[in-house]
Amino acid sequence: MVELVLFVLAAAVTLGGALGVIIARNPVHAALHLVAVLVAVAVFFVMQQAPLLAAVQVIVYASAVVVLFLFVIMLLGIDRRESLTEPLRHQRPLAIAVAVALTIEVAVLAGHTWTTGARTQQGTLSGGAVEVLAENVFTRYLWPFEVLAVLLVVAVVGGVTLARHSGEPAGADDLGEGRAAPEPGEVPGP
Amino acid sequence: MRVTDTWYLVVGALLFSVGAAGVLLRRNVLVILMCIELMLNAANLSFVTFARRLDDVTGQVAVFFVLVVAAAEVAVGLAIVVAIFRQRRRGATADDVSLLRG
Repeated sequence: MVELVLFVLAAAVTLGGALGVIIARNPVHAALHLVAVLVAVAVFFVMQQAPLLAAVQVIVYASAVVVLFLFVIMLLGIDRRESLTEPLRHQRPLAIAVAVALTIEVAVLAGHTWTTGARTQQGTLSGGAVEVLAENVFTRYLWPFEVLAVLLVVAVVGGVTLARHSGEPAGADDLGEGRAAPEPGEVPGP
Repeated sequence: MRVTDTWYLVVGALLFSVGAAGVLLRRNVLVILMCIELMLNAANLSFVTFARRLDDVTGQVAVFFVLVVAAAEVAVGLAIVVAIFRQRRRGATADDVSLLRG
């Protein structure tokens, strides 16, 4: 019963927040709706025996990533209205139709039994999810883990480089060198 | 009434569709990035659901990696947005930069 109530609440927050992200006119409001979605998904993680992932979700996503979004929004002042003219004709109705078709497609595919998958025989969740997860990450998946570390370094360097030397300044230097580089968000990557 | 795995998968599918609709509908580059985050979260939710259903930790490992890649993606994406905005001060919606060149 508790699980049912929790599920309904989290699902309502998730889907309502997701709609809020795509409906909100102001990007700041969209970012705040995104926080609600991320926290609700973290609740789902807790309900599904993934407490570590829930913590990482809140720390990395709901704080670091969203703060990065808000930082860029405030820095650039993008919170102005979007134009409603359509460069491609009928794009908006078509987009909604494609999204509905995607939903139906996923529902139909999920109804078939061949999507169930099989176990990989690598470790069950029963012996404490955090321990098993750590053991797998640092033994079996050590190589992908190291590759991810390289990826994070490349992303940090690339981000700083892109934000600093963005072609010719063209009088746009009043943002200030180095102030625009979004370094603070990369650090919390695990 | 018990909460079954299917419910979680349905929420994930709906979340993914909403994110896809947002990418197709919105013009603001930052909102498009946020919608990509929505889709990544939907995939993560499905991963975790299957990890529990199959009692297999590999799904959670995948989620862990997806989280890291998403952080890197946001960092690079926002750096690109900042770079674009420095060059064109008037506006940088997805329509203004649709030519893949300056």
